Amino acid sequence: MTSQPATPAITVEAKGLVKTFGSTRALDGFDLDVPAGQVTGFLGPNGAGKSTAIRILLGLLRADSGTARVLGQDAWSDQVAIHRRLAYVPGDASLWPNLTGGEAIDVLARLGGQEHRREGKRANSVRREELLERFELDPTKKARTYSKGNRQKVALVAALASDAELFVFDEPTSGLDPLMEAVFQAEVRSLRDEGKTVLLSSHILAEVEKLCDTVTIIRAGKAVESGTLDELRHLTRSTVNATLDAGPPATAGRSEMHGLDGLEGIHDLAIDQGRVRFDVDHHHLTRVLGVLADAGVQNLTIAPPSLEDLFLRHYGDGGEDRDRQPEQGQREGSR
Amino acid sequence: MTALGRRRPLRAGPAHAAPKAGSPFTGTGALLRLNLRLDRVRILLWTVAVGLGVYGSVYSLDQAFTTEEAIQARGALLTNPATIMMTGPAFAADDYTFGAMVANELSLYVFLTAAIMAILLAVRHTRAEEESGRLEMIRALPVGRFAPAAAAVATVALACFLVGAATTLGLVSVGHEDLGLDSSLALGAGTALTGMVFAALATVAAQLTEHARSATGMAMAGVAVAYLLRGVGDVIENTGSWLSWFSPFAWAQQTRLFVDLRWWPLAVSLAVIVVLFALAIALSHWRDLGAGLRPARRGPATAAGGLHSTAGLAGRLQRSSALAWGVGVFFFAIAMGSLANSLDGMLEENPALAEWIAVDGTDLTAEFAAVILSFVMIAPLILGVSGILALQGEESTGRSELLLVSGRTRSGYLAGWSVTVIIQVAVLTLLGGVGVGVGVWAGTGDAHWVGEMAVAAAAYLPALLVAASLALALFGFLPRWTLLAWLFVVWIALALFLGDLLQLPDWALDLSPFTHTPALPGQDAEAAPLLAMTAIAVALTAMGFWGYRRRDLQSR
Repeated sequence: MTSQPATPAITVEAKGLVKTFGSTRALDGFDLDVPAGQVTGFLGPNGAGKSTAIRILLGLLRADSGTARVLGQDAWSDQVAIHRRLAYVPGDASLWPNLTGGEAIDVLARLGGQEHRREGKRANSVRREELLERFELDPTKKARTYSKGNRQKVALVAALASDAELFVFDEPTSGLDPLMEAVFQAEVRSLRDEGKTVLLSSHILAEVEKLCDTVTIIRAGKAVESGTLDELRHLTRSTVNATLDAGPPATAGRSEMHGLDGLEGIHDLAIDQGRVRFDVDHHHLTRVLGVLADAGVQNLTIAPPSLEDLFLRHYGDGGEDRDRQPEQGQREGSR
Repeated sequence: MTALGRRRPLRAGPAHAAPKAGSPFTGTGALLRLNLRLDRVRILLWTVAVGLGVYGSVYSLDQAFTTEEAIQARGALLTNPATIMMTGPAFAADDYTFGAMVANELSLYVFLTAAIMAILLAVRHTRAEEESGRLEMIRALPVGRFAPAAAAVATVALACFLVGAATTLGLVSVGHEDLGLDSSLALGAGTALTGMVFAALATVAAQLTEHARSATGMAMAGVAVAYLLRGVGDVIENTGSWLSWFSPFAWAQQTRLFVDLRWWPLAVSLAVIVVLFALAIALSHWRDLGAGLRPARRGPATAAGGLHSTAGLAGRLQRSSALAWGVGVFFFAIAMGSLANSLDGMLEENPALAEWIAVDGTDLTAEFAAVILSFVMIAPLILGVSGILALQGEESTGRSELLLVSGRTRSGYLAGWSVTVIIQVAVLTLLGGVGVGVGVWAGTGDAHWVGEMAVAAAAYLPALLVAASLALALFGFLPRWTLLAWLFVVWIALALFLGDLLQLPDWALDLSPFTHTPALPGQDAEAAPLLAMTAIAVALTAMGFWGYRRRDLQSR
């Protein structure tokens, strides 16, 4: 690995990607940065262009304009060299019906060039066994008898058993049950601990929230938000639940409101016999907490915004259908 | 739009410094091994079947034609355009030899087999992989852009080579003195190259459409056109006319196997293979992965009324293939039928001919039309069986399940589907009959043939229903054994095309329902066998329904 080009701090860098399919503009000046050694979430509703973007990064599609660099190399012209260093799991893994799951894993590993790394081979087969066990996958069954979840596990095991530097997951947990989702999440965390880079496309917000250091949100072919989770949280509000002292030491007229009403940065205030609930903009939080403290707090929870909230802010405006585009390469489950 | 926290990217060193840059063909070897692993049984079966088929045919020809007279008489048959149409150009017709006969009887069917195999394999490893999404997974591995295609071509080439070698081996191992090694090699090479021409055609088709089925259909249509061009071309001039040379089958046949061997026509095949593959590569540059050059059309957003019944749904799903069959069969039937008129004149010139065409000579046109019709009837035969067995695909993908849990009864579902298939078969049958009739009318100027051939075609319906209902019975009772229905189709075709030639025993011929169908308009119509076959079809259908209502649904 020493002779590989130096790994840049930004493992995946896409700038101004445009891709049209006929009259459909699937990507419209899309930007994406995936910092090295981090887990980057890639969120968007169906048809926003997630898969198109990933396929361009993998060199499977050629962008009409814009640049895509992966591991410091050009996504299109250096794709073979790049692919030696990455592992990919599609959202709907399709296997060869008459090969067993184990055979499919080995085929993918061999094509991935894993067998050439002699020393790695034994380590990989140990890893393979470990993953098979963890994902509770029977490798002796023919792929045609697998459920969707089991096919997905085959692709996951093949990818996770490789010693890639960059892992690209395109909605990888579709069809997995919650237990297996947890296994997957644990695996992604240990990848990050090993210093690997992960790009995880998803529309499951909880998953991204649990795993990702940075997030890019795509809508209608454009990146509409991108940054660390903390940074994105600045864009939204926390929810505050508090139980306040009953005694009204403050001025008589405003006792009911505990001085919260009309305070800048507070939204959707609801008060019910000393129990207060409201949303607050982050940069007003300090002042609001001061007011709460003055009112005498018995109990206080502040819930950080979920990505659900982020999503609703961008897609909850009723305009989602208008902007939806048929996702290129989306396959019907017709076989 | 907000973009917070975007870091300034650090430029990496020059990308081309990568030690293993990888060529567009990286990974071809590994993919080839994978393809061979996937296809080992398939390719072996094709090879063995072709080899044994060639050996068996030559062996029975050897047994059947023992005297010089018999061989010369067979040669005289070549003045019949129908024979030319069904076999090949008539080299050495006046001084016929056993070798020339083998070339006539065998070459076209061996080439056809190789072409069909090559198309199926080529599409299987190109568009089908792409459509299923497996190619996407493969291409995300360190595999060059052209490696999957190169591995696919290599796979098909190997299969074609093996089938060609099996052909040569089959010919040589009979040990007949007329079958020299050079022409045996040429027939083998012609087989392999003809296969590759159609493999190349299939890869071009695979660039045009998004769907494997359409690609296969397009390439198969190419086979039909090539078959027709060669046939009509050779009828115009019985050693091959300018028209023949547009057909890949002619290139291999024009080597004048076992008569006056010349190798150069095979160079045409070779050149066309190269051109077609180059075209496929060029086309692939114009499209995205997963897409076809011809973009998928949009359809209506809501289902029309007809789609709400099972029959309507089945009709819609099968519509395009039935349409394709209809158009193809109609024109094929007209082209074949129009050959009938030249027969009478030929008989006047050569009265001895009547002895060798199994006709009494009184109504040669009618006899000929009946033979042509029986060939055309293979099309509704295939449509019926494939239409019924399409249910299996519906079942294994879980689509049947969706319909059944939405409140339809199993019998209702099966009935709706079967009725649609039967209607399509009936329409295609009549279309074939009318087509032959129109052809004969064009040749003879006598319009009454149209009606007569339509009636003659209708007489095939019971036989066609037997085959379709056998598929239905297997589907209902033994869904794992539906391949038997296809074997039955193959058997019917074999008995029809080669039954007399291979001197199959009577019981074997009697297995085919076509044997029991009166060859109208030449023969007298007999009602008894038609009624018997109808009864068998009804019984098989009832079995199918009974089985389907009781068995487990199979889906993954």
